[in-house]
Amino acid sequence: MKIDFQHNQAAHCENGVTANLLQYYGIKLSEPMVFGMGSGYFFSHMPFIKLNGMSVTSFRVLPGWIFKRVTHRLGISVKRRKFTNPEKAMKELDTLLEAGKPVGMLVGVFHLPYFPKEYRFHFNAHNITVFGKEGDRYFVSDPVMENIETLTYEELKKVRFARGTYPPKGRMYYIDKVPDSPDINPAIIAGIRKTAKDMLTIPLPMFGTGGIRYLAKNLRKWPAKLGDKSAALNLSQVIRMLEEIGTGGAGFRFIYAAFLQECSEKLSQPFLNDLSKEMTAIGDAWRNFAWNAARCFKNRNNGEITYDMLAELLMAIADKEEEVFSKIRVLKL
Amino acid sequence: MNLEEVPQDEAFLIEGRIRDVCYVVDPDGHYTRALSKGWAPKNEAIKLAWNLIYEHAEETRRQVLEGTLSPIAFYMEINVMDVSILSNYMELSKRKVRKHLLMKGFKKLRPEMLSRYAEVLNITPGELVDADRIRAIVLKHED
Repeated sequence: MKIDFQHNQAAHCENGVTANLLQYYGIKLSEPMVFGMGSGYFFSHMPFIKLNGMSVTSFRVLPGWIFKRVTHRLGISVKRRKFTNPEKAMKELDTLLEAGKPVGMLVGVFHLPYFPKEYRFHFNAHNITVFGKEGDRYFVSDPVMENIETLTYEELKKVRFARGTYPPKGRMYYIDKVPDSPDINPAIIAGIRKTAKDMLTIPLPMFGTGGIRYLAKNLRKWPAKLGDKSAALNLSQVIRMLEEIGTGGAGFRFIYAAFLQECSEKLSQPFLNDLSKEMTAIGDAWRNFAWNAARCFKNRNNGEITYDMLAELLMAIADKEEEVFSKIRVLKL
Repeated sequence: MNLEEVPQDEAFLIEGRIRDVCYVVDPDGHYTRALSKGWAPKNEAIKLAWNLIYEHAEETRRQVLEGTLSPIAFYMEINVMDVSILSNYMELSKRKVRKHLLMKGFKKLRPEMLSRYAEVLNITPGELVDADRIRAIVLKHED
């Protein structure tokens, strides 16, 4: 049994699952549109939360929020389940597939057999859609993969019940009801507003454009505080968050630029296309940062690129992001 | 980033199976998508993380062969786990798992417990206690 489900590759797993599920129910949105409508753009740097011994830096909102916001803003009702018993979780999945519903779910990537070994860390917030079963094999639409993959019953059970930080616990979600003609434009505007607000106004140093400056401030101190080796490792971790599978390049900044461009047409606001160009320049600045950072952590100690220089690049990026979102905040949309 | 600048620095991704989707600007100024086989700065970052894992594992291997640490400690590291993740998978307390990371505690493990560890560490119980296998594992990047 296989649902007639269209797999489209995406840069990011949650955008991809959301877009593919919505498309199945007749709402065709591009990946940038899903990302922007779901207010996926963000920045946070939390040195007191450690993952594998390193500070957490993120260029997007928390896992699950994009799907939640997009469906909420379009008035789509969603059902969610989580389980303690793996067999029951698999049985419930089969029942939904029998009923013709494609199911989104959270999985851990460590045991995903089709992932390259080097990408298999204990990361538990990966999203896939399961849309069919034949014998022992499940059909899987994993948005970061170019084609459809399959997993056996045991493999799927294992990734759904991965352990470690934030275990998925068999979490799955599916679309229950879709309104006849959901209102796209108000949802887009709500998405833009929320991002601009969160990037500029959260009164804590770790978040939004202030968070970029906070990272810059901390990064300057890394070599003295942590030693060369650990500083290099922490720096490389920032680059991985910025560029590893799923960001569309430059920590989602290019996806957001694509979103702003699409909005400028949809909302007939040429000004948004100018902002899209500014956002592209911000993405390019992030990539320039990544390029220099890689030189820094690769050739430790040669002093060609210092942490102070990298911090200066970040301060300039923070200023640019603040400028763009300040302009967005005062827009009459 | 412009369309013609999409990096193709091959390292870990596989053409036709898994490549990065990049959002890029075409010559007319419109956003479009392109697939990338990888980008050097990112590849370097991933390599650095793995080199560190291998470095730790090499040191652990030395201590296992010396007889201070147990094979579980070695396989835990090459499975990119820490005590907390391993104890989650084993459904044991961290304190107990820490005991089993020492050769002294490992020797007292019953066969059922050994096979549970082996399953979690993706090997057979026989492989778990095989010192030659531990010696033979290559801890380095295939370039």
